[in-house]
Amino acid sequence: MANKLLSTEKLSIGCVAPPGASLVNKTGAWRTQRPVFKQKDCIGCRACDLACPEGCVFGDPKKKQFDFDPDYCKGCGICAAECPVDDIDMVMEEK
Amino acid sequence: MAETQEILEGAMAVAHAVARCRPEVIAAYPITPQTHISEELSQIVADGDLDAEFVKVESEFGAASVVCGASAAGARTYTATSSQGLLLMNEVLWNIAGMRLPVVLACANRSLSAPLSIWCDHQDAEAIRDCGVIQLYAEDNQEACDQHLIAFKVAEDRRVLLPAMVNLDGFLLTHVFEPTIIPDQALSDQYLPPYKAVLKLDIDDPATFGAFTEPDKCMEGRWMVHDACRRSLPVIEEASAEFEKVFGRASGGLLENYKTDDAETILVAKGSISGTIKDVIDEMRDEGTKVGLMRIKTYRPWPGEAVLAALKGAKQVAVIERGGSFGAGGIMTPEVKETLYDAGLRIPVSGFCVQLGGREVPPDGIREIIDRVSSGEKQTAYEYFRLKQELLPDLVPEV
Ligand code: SF4
Ligand code: SF4
Repeated sequence: MANKLLSTEKLSIGCVAPPGASLVNKTGAWRTQRPVFKQKDCIGCRACDLACPEGCVFGDPKKKQFDFDPDYCKGCGICAAECPVDDIDMVMEEK
Repeated sequence: MAETQEILEGAMAVAHAVARCRPEVIAAYPITPQTHISEELSQIVADGDLDAEFVKVESEFGAASVVCGASAAGARTYTATSSQGLLLMNEVLWNIAGMRLPVVLACANRSLSAPLSIWCDHQDAEAIRDCGVIQLYAEDNQEACDQHLIAFKVAEDRRVLLPAMVNLDGFLLTHVFEPTIIPDQALSDQYLPPYKAVLKLDIDDPATFGAFTEPDKCMEGRWMVHDACRRSLPVIEEASAEFEKVFGRASGGLLENYKTDDAETILVAKGSISGTIKDVIDEMRDEGTKVGLMRIKTYRPWPGEAVLAALKGAKQVAVIERGGSFGAGGIMTPEVKETLYDAGLRIPVSGFCVQLGGREVPPDGIREIIDRVSSGEKQTAYEYFRLKQELLPDLVPEV
């Protein structure tokens, strides 16, 4: 970000942030459930990857292995609902 | 430079005054009694007399969103609305204030539904009181015009950077013909140089306006809106003083104190009702009653110090309102009380809702209020004045 009025340390007037602020802000903190990618029956269809509203499912269709990024996953369960072979479970987030 | 007076309808006059401010993007949706402002502005743009983009939108939510985005992109922007339209803008207005965008808008004050009424009161503007929009109130059409220039000046000041709304009473000002001076273009340009945004949307240098904050930062983001709004008080005074210097007539400012200096009873009001109140004050002064009016011209930010200075010598105060907070009382009345209480003063403050939905307030009503509070009647808790009991049904209906 070229504008020197902006920083990631302080707020700016109007709370204007440099692009990519959501990479710094880990927005997965308020999840109550999380997906478990079982990686057993996966057919590599990418439905989970394409449906995730947060864009935080990643994987390789050839290897038929997908997983999610817990820093940004909101636990919405869409990936699990969309998986045609039921290869994703939603479990309670317990720490 | 000679400025000439013309006999103009309030909304038309405002449209031409706004055009002299050279807004670059205007978006508005028609709603009575605001419509003539945006209608005339769209005509001015279509005639090629103002180099602006007039964006036709599907709703007031759209209008507010367009000026929000255009302002973030660095343009001087304007919109106008009324009543339900203002409420539909509400969500966006909080964002505009939080993003610190100097959008200027007019509210042609009109009642809120239900019951449906198109006539004047201040419930619409008061419903968005707390969102960080600066609120100015005009008594007449000249002031409504002039306050638009002042609004742009203050909103765009780097110490402020907040939206500002000029309130003019629906029909009572918007549709009334008065001799009005449309600010001269050269003087307007001198008073209001082109807007230069501090931060703006730029494809080559992207940024997020009003970005997400975690709980550790959000409060500070909101506090900055409060702080900027408070700090706009001296800026409004400065901008009004400069207005007088450039145009040679006083307009704007925080308050007008009418015959308050030695007044024992001071009325508090805003908007066009002040004209009626002043007439009654003149009559009663002739009869020997020491009464005055403190007219609020700047309602947000609340000009507490000026209010205190105006009211501190009074024996009793009566706040005349065109709205209320259902289930609590008045809106301005508790604010006046708070200002006095914080200064350790226990001057009785009575509150009266005199008019909702355009009901007429004849001079004898104002006189009755002055007589009641001056006669030593104890402080009146917020009262719906001259409520027509005969119209009310059984308040708890039997099934
Ligand atoms: S639960 Fe929702 S947010 Fe998390 S990975 Fe699945 S689709 Fe994405
Ligand atoms: S939706 Fe299920 S089957 Fe398809 S890629 Fe994702 S995990 Fe594999």
